[in-house]
Amino acid sequence: MRGWPRSDGRKGIRNVVAVAYLVECAHHVAREVAGVDRDHAHVIGFPGCYPNPYAQKMMERLCTHPNVGAVLLVSLGCESFNRHQVEAVVRATGRPVKVLVIQNTGGTRSTIAAGREWVAQQVAALALAPTVPMQVSDLIVGTVCGGSDGTSGITGNPAAGIAFDKLVAAGAACIFEETGELIGCEAIMESRAATPALAAELRASVEKAARYYETLGFGSFASGNADGGLTTIEEKSLGAYMKSGQSPISGLIKPGDIPPKGGLYLMDVVPDGEVRFGFPNISDNAEIVEMMASGAHCTLFVTGRGSVVGSALAPVIKIAANPHMYARLSEDMDVNAGRVLDGSATLEQVGQEIFDLVLSVASGTRTKSEDLGHQEFILTYKSFDPIGPACLPV
Amino acid sequence: MTKLTDPRLMLLSPGDSVYVLRDQIAAGEAVMVDGIAVTFAQPLGLGHKIARLPVAHGDRVIKYGAPIGRASRAIAPGDHVHLHNLVSDYTPTYALNTPPSDLNKGDA
Repeated sequence: MRGWPRSDGRKGIRNVVAVAYLVECAHHVAREVAGVDRDHAHVIGFPGCYPNPYAQKMMERLCTHPNVGAVLLVSLGCESFNRHQVEAVVRATGRPVKVLVIQNTGGTRSTIAAGREWVAQQVAALALAPTVPMQVSDLIVGTVCGGSDGTSGITGNPAAGIAFDKLVAAGAACIFEETGELIGCEAIMESRAATPALAAELRASVEKAARYYETLGFGSFASGNADGGLTTIEEKSLGAYMKSGQSPISGLIKPGDIPPKGGLYLMDVVPDGEVRFGFPNISDNAEIVEMMASGAHCTLFVTGRGSVVGSALAPVIKIAANPHMYARLSEDMDVNAGRVLDGSATLEQVGQEIFDLVLSVASGTRTKSEDLGHQEFILTYKSFDPIGPACLPV
Repeated sequence: MTKLTDPRLMLLSPGDSVYVLRDQIAAGEAVMVDGIAVTFAQPLGLGHKIARLPVAHGDRVIKYGAPIGRASRAIAPGDHVHLHNLVSDYTPTYALNTPPSDLNKGDA
């Protein structure tokens, strides 16, 4: 494996230009700019006009993600997002960064033209950037599940858990998430915590999620989950929990916190304080974005019903849990974990296949969603308190 | 001596009150569940649950060796276990295409 070295010591497995709109009003211009070379220029952004410290932190982390080699910020001009701060944060890392303010650049056409010219220069420069050797211990890998059904928890999720165990054993940092989908797993999860104080934090994070979703009146459970045989949130949770594998839990992080070393981390994605701004993560890509903000080089996405998404900036490896779905949607799936159900593969074999594929993707192999051009991205409002000292025991 | 059970029914953990389907079952097809032949009016997709043990109204249903909710009516071995007879201990389940009268019907 080889990666692109960054000034903070991290290494990228891709080297793309991030084209970031700072309010929805600048989205079209950003999309048109990136459209000149979608393989190398990926659109990210924040739609809101009101300031939000979480969104600011997320955008700073995403613009300095190891897979990002240069950043174009597209501003309308009057939004509240602090473009000066993002620009300073990116510049401090040594990456090329440019801000285009549509209101100061002559409007839509001239901003698109200026943006395309700058992006083309950066893509040409990035193509010549040197790479350095990269180890498994340099990797951060996230996992999410979406479109779950009754097969997710018995094929794809435990296979992803086996891959996680292998990655953690080789020194990588692995992140699992969605505390709202760990409801009912508090007791088994806290028994794996590195310290008793961390165990209490893990339990508290799931209890917070249960209260949050209770206030909203819906669990993290979509109608399609029930069509696929899942009946309750705790049943879905037990299946989702299998993604975490068997490793001890090294820490609890929140979106944008970067794991300090290898090991297994739980990401607490449910906002702190009073229920505000609606559902924690309104769809699967919001979770993938948070994984990337915490440094994930790539994300394992286990799906039973059949999600087709990918992501901007960092590859998504899609693992089909359900063999019938795989037969219908194989063009979108990187791994068929449904083979476990008919006995044609063991969980261990599928786990090894996922582990091998992570290393291959980190070495440049494109995933199905990358090849199909999927670059979904969504970032919305949230608010978090910082994690406490018990969350990352030394 | 175990009683005959259809190979499409999978037991995830020894104390579980449900089996999980590893393949689909057609409507009206006879399926052996611990020596009892049962049939279902609707086809059942893989991942769905069939009761292995009786569960009294209000008692916990066990899968993966852990509780996944409470029986909202008595469940007999061979019953399809889903929204009509199992409710969450946490948040209610939202599903389309389910008659409102059947959605998590049971004790409050």
